[in-house]
Amino acid sequence: MTDLLYTDIEESLRSSVRSSLQRSLDDGLAARLYDEPDTDVGPLWRGLAEQLGLAGLLVPERLGGSGAGPREAAVVLEELGRSVAPVPFLTSAVIATSALLSAGDEEFLPVLSAGERTAVLVLPWTARRGAWAAVDGAVGPVAGAVGADLFLVPEQGEGGVTSLRAYEADDVEVEPITSLDMTRPLARVATRGQGAEVARGAPAEAAVDAALGAGQALLASEQLGLAQWCLETTVEYAKTRVQFARPVGSFQAIKHRLADLYLLLVNTQAAARYAAGTLADDDPDQQVAQSLAQSFCSDAAVHAAEEALQLHGGIGMTWEHPVHTRLKRAKSDQLALGTPERHRDDLADLVDLPAP
Amino acid sequence: MVDLQQRLDQFLAEHDPTTTGAREFLGAQHDAGLAWVHFPDGLGGLGLSRGRQAEVDERLEAVGAPRPDVGRNSIGLGMAAPTMLAFGTPEMQRRHLRPIFACTEIWCQLFSEPGAGSDLAAVATRAVPDGDEWVVDGQKVWTSGAHNADFAILVARTDSSVPKHAGLTYFIVDMTDPGIEIRPLRQITGEAEFNEVFLSGVRVPDRNRVGAVGEGWKVATTTLNNERVAIGAGNDREAGQIGPVTERWRRDPSVRTPGNHAELMQWWVRTEVTRLAGERLRQGLAVGQPGPESSAMKLAFAQQAQQVSGFALELAPEEGLTYHDWSMVRPETGSFLGHGPGFRYLRAKGNSIEGGTSEIMRNIIAERVLGLPPEHRPDKGIAFKDVPR
Repeated sequence: MTDLLYTDIEESLRSSVRSSLQRSLDDGLAARLYDEPDTDVGPLWRGLAEQLGLAGLLVPERLGGSGAGPREAAVVLEELGRSVAPVPFLTSAVIATSALLSAGDEEFLPVLSAGERTAVLVLPWTARRGAWAAVDGAVGPVAGAVGADLFLVPEQGEGGVTSLRAYEADDVEVEPITSLDMTRPLARVATRGQGAEVARGAPAEAAVDAALGAGQALLASEQLGLAQWCLETTVEYAKTRVQFARPVGSFQAIKHRLADLYLLLVNTQAAARYAAGTLADDDPDQQVAQSLAQSFCSDAAVHAAEEALQLHGGIGMTWEHPVHTRLKRAKSDQLALGTPERHRDDLADLVDLPAP
Repeated sequence: MVDLQQRLDQFLAEHDPTTTGAREFLGAQHDAGLAWVHFPDGLGGLGLSRGRQAEVDERLEAVGAPRPDVGRNSIGLGMAAPTMLAFGTPEMQRRHLRPIFACTEIWCQLFSEPGAGSDLAAVATRAVPDGDEWVVDGQKVWTSGAHNADFAILVARTDSSVPKHAGLTYFIVDMTDPGIEIRPLRQITGEAEFNEVFLSGVRVPDRNRVGAVGEGWKVATTTLNNERVAIGAGNDREAGQIGPVTERWRRDPSVRTPGNHAELMQWWVRTEVTRLAGERLRQGLAVGQPGPESSAMKLAFAQQAQQVSGFALELAPEEGLTYHDWSMVRPETGSFLGHGPGFRYLRAKGNSIEGGTSEIMRNIIAERVLGLPPEHRPDKGIAFKDVPR
């Protein structure tokens, strides 16, 4: 059984990311992005990349990265999920980077590791491992494309063979979409010209599946962090908000809902750690772990955000309170990289419980 | 540092698991420190982290070694042993741990009373000192396996002039002592897995007291936290109520409808995730005692067991309308999975009551894990004798 706990190194990485975010991410930024989508969030990401080496976390040291693994990346995503940080860690440093690592690239990874440029895998944000199609013409909605420098596009090459091609920003058209979650904005992407081939045939398909698999495994940790923020924030509120001359947290109806939410998060944490651990160990159960995590953690994060909203009462409905930014991210995350229902279908095949 | 695999090699070389009797093998396993590796040297363990027991269990399972009979002795193995390790005297530990592991001593738990179920600290069974003995009078209920038990763990009131939690003391009782009467308590399933136990002038020597006089609540809390781990602990994938359902699905295409499939996969996911959470809790326990977090696993287990066992009847409706047998039997072992789907459905209803109700589990999580303000308690700070009952 894979290790489901956190190491001391991971805990110290967590506190570095958290304190760095506390210094550099202002509380109102997430909500402001809905009114001012052109706000430049580049400095936030470059700061995290420079100070903590997050851009190259999954890249081996010989290619300029820090040679860490999925378990560490998962902890980073827990922290980014807590604060709904508008940074391309998941789309660039996890998903696009995993595609390049699988394809054996040595050209782009050193530049990405340095945090100078960001990359994106150009597929609909709803694509999942084993369920995506080569891009033909414009594609959307793509997450992580706004502001990206390098575009990795799986295309249909000669003779129907899949070709994973890299395009520079000058060779693509990126048309932003007004998104449910403006902290991870979506766009339609169209390419011009030929780009450069990164991989071809089976290795290209494997690279895309590896990228989506890593995304599925680690998105669960973002969902975990977001859900934990919802629980902690709501518990604090329930301790201090007084109604009928008692803190609302002393009412059994409220306590039981928060206890149920805690239980849900204990389970979410186990599923997320199992997905990260099996990915790190290259465990044969990793596909089960990924579909399991996406089936469970996606719904759990949405439920946590919805409970947080309800238990905050009227203030939760306001633009000023940050809970709405978590709900928008949670609901978008639920649809990203395969809905829970589709992952349950995948899981049914993986564990031999066939549909009728 | 103990080389665990080397120790196992040596142990297996000296005790052939295929030819040695279960009791003898388990006794020797205890003496080799391989019963509970996180227990101290000489008491069935090696002082290693709790998580390393899995290495021992996997190895012994692979060679088909005899295992302790958890069905018959779950109280002894899961509750009495860890409590005795934490609070028992050295004499008590040497006297009881080995026979508990070898299952030559079967244990039961005299905690619940008709007037003190979830409000466990309200027990009224009295223990009055008399020389170096205590005289116990009272009535217990929901005592699983009392009819098979050799020993019991007991919580009794030794002082009613102080608030309820402060006046309790924890004892070990020999179930063959005079004054103990066991009556079957027939349940919803038709079986009498549980009992009522009447204690009339039962004399318990003071050396069978676990922990200090008046400290029984603290000792019992350790027992209960271990109980919740034991109840909530899954083992392998598809263990528990989901097992018969997935087995049926694979074997019998006639049960496969789209609606059933969607529901089956929901339950598969929830069961598997809870199994992983239990595994994570066990990995995190290391050498420590389980805390209030174990309440969450118990709560999750109860919810799933009830809903999955209900789904199992709908999966095969003609079969769901039948029942295996309504005659009253007193089973040797407690099992949530025995008999047919109807039995599983009815038996699982107890999962949210036994070992602390789900409502009490939620209160424990809310107050002791999340730190929410406590419930209003009218009995707080009042002598037990003055609390209206």
